[in-house]
Order: sequence, then C-alpha cells, then structure tokens
Amino acid sequence: MKNFAELIKALDSSNKTSVKVNALTDYFRRASPEDKVWTIAILSHRRPPRPVNTTLLRLWANELANIPLWLFEESYHIVGDLAETIALIIPTTKEHSDKSLTEFLQEMIALKKKSDDEKREYLRTNWLALNYYERFVFTKLITGSFRIGVSQKLMTRALSKAEGVDEDLLAYKLMGDWNPDKISFQELILDEKSSDYLSKPFPFYLAYPIEGEVSALGNPEDWSIEHKWDGIRSQTIIRDDKIYVWSRGEELVTDKYPEFHAFVGIIPNGTVIDGEILPFPEGQIGTFNDLQTRIGRKTVSAALLAKTPVIIKAYDLLEWEGNDIRNLPYDQRRDLLEKLYETVKNSNLSLQISERVNLKSWEDVTTERMRAREMKSEGLMLKRRDSAYQVGRKKGDWWKWKIEPLVIDAVLTYAMRGSGRRANLFTDYTFALWQDNENGERELVTFAKAYSGLTDAEFRKVDDWIKKHTLERFGPVRSVTPQLVFEIGFEGIAFSKRHKSGVATRFPRILRWRHDKKIEEANSIEDIKNMISSNTEN
Amino acid sequence: MKIPLLAFNDKGIYCHQADVYLDPWRPVTNAIITHGHADHSRWGHKNYITHHTNVPIIKHRLGDINVTGKDWNETFTINGVKFSLHPAGHIIGSAQIRVEYKGEVWVFTGDYKTEDDGISVPYEPVKCHTFITENTFGLPAFNWIPQTEVMTDINNWWAENKAEGKTSILFGYTLGKAQRLLKYLDTSNGKIFTHGAVENMTNVLRPMVDFPPTTLITRDTKKEEFPGNIVLAPPSAHGSIWIRKMTPFVTGSASGWMAFRGARRRRAIDKGFVLSDHCDWYGLLDSIKATGAEKIICTHGYSDVFSKYLREIGYDARTEHTQYEGDEGETAETDKAELEQGNEDAA
Repeated sequence: MKNFAELIKALDSSNKTSVKVNALTDYFRRASPEDKVWTIAILSHRRPPRPVNTTLLRLWANELANIPLWLFEESYHIVGDLAETIALIIPTTKEHSDKSLTEFLQEMIALKKKSDDEKREYLRTNWLALNYYERFVFTKLITGSFRIGVSQKLMTRALSKAEGVDEDLLAYKLMGDWNPDKISFQELILDEKSSDYLSKPFPFYLAYPIEGEVSALGNPEDWSIEHKWDGIRSQTIIRDDKIYVWSRGEELVTDKYPEFHAFVGIIPNGTVIDGEILPFPEGQIGTFNDLQTRIGRKTVSAALLAKTPVIIKAYDLLEWEGNDIRNLPYDQRRDLLEKLYETVKNSNLSLQISERVNLKSWEDVTTERMRAREMKSEGLMLKRRDSAYQVGRKKGDWWKWKIEPLVIDAVLTYAMRGSGRRANLFTDYTFALWQDNENGERELVTFAKAYSGLTDAEFRKVDDWIKKHTLERFGPVRSVTPQLVFEIGFEGIAFSKRHKSGVATRFPRILRWRHDKKIEEANSIEDIKNMISSNTEN
Repeated sequence: MKIPLLAFNDKGIYCHQADVYLDPWRPVTNAIITHGHADHSRWGHKNYITHHTNVPIIKHRLGDINVTGKDWNETFTINGVKFSLHPAGHIIGSAQIRVEYKGEVWVFTGDYKTEDDGISVPYEPVKCHTFITENTFGLPAFNWIPQTEVMTDINNWWAENKAEGKTSILFGYTLGKAQRLLKYLDTSNGKIFTHGAVENMTNVLRPMVDFPPTTLITRDTKKEEFPGNIVLAPPSAHGSIWIRKMTPFVTGSASGWMAFRGARRRRAIDKGFVLSDHCDWYGLLDSIKATGAEKIICTHGYSDVFSKYLREIGYDARTEHTQYEGDEGETAETDKAELEQGNEDAA
C-alpha cells in the first residue's frame, strides 16, 4: 500500500503529463504482478463493489474524530471529497501498516459480507494504522470513486513503456470485462489467447472538434459526411451466436437493450458494428431525454419497451467475417457495412444505417450542418475517406462539427460548492428565468443547473460575490440575491413534467457572464418554450 | 442598554468609551493595529498605535503615518480604558489587543497561531471575559503538522528538484510566510533568490531577525543562474510572465490551504506544503479554553460553523461580520503595487 499511496501522491503532485507517465512507469517496473493488476483495475475504474455504505463510513469516522455529524457534513462540503475529509479528521498515530495493495483489496472484497461490527473494527484499525496519505487512498478505495487526473490512455502508455508491449494492443487487452481478483498479470497483459477476445470490444476511435474554418480540411471530396447522432456511442459484437453490446464507457449494456438480441442469427458471426444507440418512439428519433428513461434501467418493462424503443444507427464496421478490418480505408469499411445492411434491412431489426451525405463543396457542408436540429442530430461528422479506425481520440482523420448551442440569458439564483479542484469554491449554479405567476407578477423560476464554462478567475470572482450576497443557507446550498446574469448554452430542449419550469435542457453550460445585462433583461420561460416549438417544426 | 466595551460597526471594532478603533477598515482618528497585513492595517487613519516591532513594517507599507510603538504588556490608558498588547505569534510584530474597563476584560486576537515559528514572539494566552477570535481554519479538517517536519519536506523537495536540474519556485505571502520559509531553508542546497516584494519586506525585518542571505532577481539576473536554486515569491506571481525566466521549474506553495487537494489543484501548483500562520482546529479550541472566556465572538474564517460548534460545547458564542479576509487571506496578502514593482524589477 505504501508504494501505491506514494504513486497516487506523485500523480497528484504534478500537472504535467510527462511527470505522471514517468511516475507510473517507475511504479509498474517495481510493483508485484498482483499489485500491477489491481493498479490497472483501479485506474481503469474496475474496483470491487463498495464494501461499506457512506452513511456508516461517515458515522464511524466521526466516532474516531469525536466531532458531531453536522460538523463533519459542513467540513465535507468545504473539502469537497468524502475520503479526503475522513482522512483529514482522523488523527495520525505512530503505527504503520506493511500490507500490500492486493492484500487490502482482497480484505475489502471479503469485508462486504461481514457484519457491521466487523466492518467498523476493520476500518478503525486500518484508519489508525495508516499515515495521512495512505488513509486517504485506503478510504478512496472503499468509497470507490478514484479520479486523480490519470486517463486510461496515460496509464496504458506508462504500462507499455514498462512492459514493452505495444500501446494499442494493450488498450485492446484492457477493454471489456475482466476481474482483477481472478486474472493474473501474465494472463491479462502477457499471454496471447484468441478465446479471451470473444466478448472484447475494440477501443473506440473518437473525433476532435473542428477548430477554425472547415475549409482548412482541404478538398471536400476527400471527406465523407454524416450526421452526428445524439445517443450512446456503442459497439455491437456478434461472435459465436452471441451478442455483446458495449457502451463507450466500456460498460456491457447487452441486457438493457433487448431490442438488439434479434441480431443473432441474422447478422453473421464475426461482425462488429460501431454505432449510436438512439431512442425511437413512434418510429422517429426521440430526444436524449427519452433515452434517459432507458439508461438507468437494468431490466426493462414491456410498457417501457413499447413506449421508448431504441435502435442502433450504424456508423462503421470494425470486424467482418471474423477479421479485424480496422486498418481498411473508411470507404471500404462503409461499403461492406452498407452491403451487410442491404441483406438484413428487411428482417425488421432495430438497426438503421447512419446515411452518408454526398456533398461537393464546403458551402453544401455548411448548409447541411444547419439542418442538424431538423434531423435531430448534434451536427456533422467528417471522416477522411481513406482513414483507418484508430484507437482513442486522435486528431487529423475524424472531426466533429457540432451546431452552435441554443442560448438564453438567465439569472443566478442558487449556488453550491464544487468538488475536486473546485472544492471550497461556489461553482455549481442554479439559473432561473422569468415567468408570470397566477397573480400576474413576474417571478424567477429555476430552469437549469450548470457548473462549467467560466474560467478559474471568473469562478473566483463569482465565488467571492456569492459569499457577500448570500440570502439563505440550505445545507450546502445558498440562495443569492438575484443580480447576476449569465448566458447559458445548451444542446437541446424538451418539455418535461418533472421540472418546475416545464422544460428540460440537454448539457446546459455557462457561455459567458453578461456583466452588461440587468436581471430584468434575462429571458422568460415562454422564450425557452418557443425554442422547443421552433426546433420541432418540420 | 449598556454599551458594550467593544462593538462592531461599519468602520471596525469600536471602543466607545475610549473612542478608539481596533483594526478599522475605514479611515478613523485613533486606530490600534494588531499586525501589518493589509486587511488589518489600512491606510488613512489619523493616529496609529501598534507594537514597536510592527512600526517599521506598517511604515514600509503605508508610508509616512503618525504611529506610536508600544512594548509587550505595556498598559496605556485612554479615557479610563486600559489597553495593552500581547504576542499573537502570527507574524513578526503581531499582537493581541487586551482592553479593560471597570474590571471587564476583552481580548481581540487579530490573527494568531499557537506554534512557535522561531521568528515571531510566540502566542501567549491572555485571561479575559470576552474573546474576539479569528477562525480562518476553524474546521476539524485542519490539523497542522509541526514546522520542523514541513521544513524538512521543503528542503528535500528543493534537493530533488536540484538533482533534476530544475529551479524550485516556492510561493508564500510577502510578509510573514516568506520570512518564515527563508529562515529555515537549507542554504547548503544552493542560493535563495527573491521576488522584489519579498526582498523589500525581508530587508525591513533583517534588523530584527537573522536571515540567510538572499539575491534579488533583477533584469540582470541571467537564466543560467536559476537551475538548482530556489526562488521565494508571492503567490500572485504564479502564472505571471515573470516566472518564465526560471524554466525549467517546479512550483510549490506553503499555506494552510494546501491541506486540501482541491485548493492546490485549483491553483495549478505542483507541490503543496501545509504551513499556516493561523491556528488549526485544536489550536483554536485550546486557545479559547486557555483564556477562560465565556463569551466568544468569531470574526473571520469559517465563523458560522465554528461558533455553532462553540455553542454546542457550552460557550456563549456568536459571529460578527468584519472585513478581514478569512477565506482567502493568505493569497490576497501581497499588495498589487508591491507585486508589480517586483515584477518590474526583474523584467
């Protein structure tokens, strides 16, 4: 554990990628094979299930620190991280622990089934035996959220350096469903066995947003254009008469979408399709809001299936007849995909193709992009016709060109402290728009929350303002004098019964602080509802 | 209703009986000043009274002011009210103000810390009935580690950076923290360079404390002189073009806020050292206990939370709003003019 805690501390002590990669490489060169597997698992978000719920964690940490629970909660809102708060309030003793990372994780797995008394005793003993940073890491492992600014890509690069295994191959090996408690380092990283790959998805190829003029991409005829659909990016694998559907977050979602199970037997084995899962109520593409009703459910009722069915819009073909074809040019992969689609399109599958739009000039591309809302897409995708299907986010061959967000001016009404690097700063805001109430008076009604879009310097200014203009406190939330106006951007909008305002926005964020506007000049709920009707025409 | 001995109004903490303000934030006739930080000693008062070791500090910052220096424990009486200054241990020259009238004793801490930093006169608890305390770090999440351990970490960090051929840039506020760091930097590692704002303030304090030699960064300082050495600079120099000359460098910050990972990451500092000139949680609680006071007034910091806790454990505690900068005091400390001066010196 000492080495792992030192690693996390080192990763935490720098903002420079090269320093982080070096720290990780060093660690991988020295760690035991078991600890390496667990480290890879932790840094790729594969942790054992949480053995103790956070209510009990809080309670037992408080007992040790001898403070009232409300004081712990206040501290937690200011520190912004549960494990960090616990590590801070528990006293450091002269004791120490030499247990390895693997031993700790095995204990945590076993702990889940134990009684509360045993859990309490385990936590107290270990909290008191670890130094501050180890205690923080230990508690982080228990709470399960480990975000320390190390992407899987960065970890894979370090592992590749330490082990001498190709980075893209490693990325592939680390995909999918493997259990760190059951697999050895040899099996995970070093062995070559084709049966292991049966359910494994390929790493997703991700596009960068276009910066500057689209015409800078050169000859438009070198590019294939299609709409960028707003659902869940997915990979559908059909091998050995089985189907595996993976989301981009490397979550196996096969069971959530029974619509796709019929692919087996119709789409030949040895096929992998890259596509977008989209809601398709009443035979039309729905809003992301519709899809939300499906995302959270593990089991789906017949009623929900009928109300909000889903389809896959296929983008690309990655495996065909059992062969990895990612290195074929895009155009050839698409031809194969379209040929496959022709043979199955009359089988009534929940599968459509994401059509290629043939355009000859950048003007035509620009015009097509303006149709995005009408098409219910987020904008366009531009893919170089001869591009391979690469690994991860790479610049050059694939670009996304999203439409400009919808914008509205709203009033800041509530604020809450952020977490992580924004801990102790009020950065999570609630915004309101005007509406006439039953007495005909104008009042502010909450319509969205947003916590991104300002610079650090602006956040500090707004934070300072909030502290001086607090009206009331509700736990971590403060209401503030309605005075500041912000321009809020969002990708989409839909009517919603769950929201007081009657509308739900998709991905709201702050575009800028309107110093020039008074609150009377902010928009109304009616304005935003008008946006819905103008966007759903046609 | 009886007028309280000390009351909070829009200008500061006011003693009606003596017509004197303690650390006022707007111009007044008579001001007793706890210490030299900008939020406590402001410009524009007619008469200043402060500890004599603070006199050169506030003269340096405020220019030609009318100031009287007092000794520790020296009682001076104004219209029947007895005033005296007692060590607060916050920075050099920092005092608590004791106010006594007709047997009733109030103490105002200004800013204070309980650990002996070796350069300011250590904090002494003063018995009183009402204790007006800061609580910048008034949360149980703040538990300081001893200065000697922190300084060992800092000197090790410097040595590691040196081994990699890098410049160590260490941020600490100009008055107090910079000198506390300077005092314990291990000069066997190399040379200590200073930003102009740090150098000027250190020169003011050199007659009072024995500090290692420093080298002011000027426009003549060559890029090649930095690697392996350490630079002491105010936090606000971070991110300015001033530090580019020191490339390749690693940044560190010494502050109580560095206890929180989020605070360090937000400031994009490579390494945080937890070193504060304020009390930690137990420092505050122990100090309050030692005064024997029953009434506690919390001024700046996590006042609402802290006073609520005090009430829960049996004190008559409340919060008064002041313009002292509890939340970000450590970073807001450097005067903008000083910073620009320092940047210009090196440009």
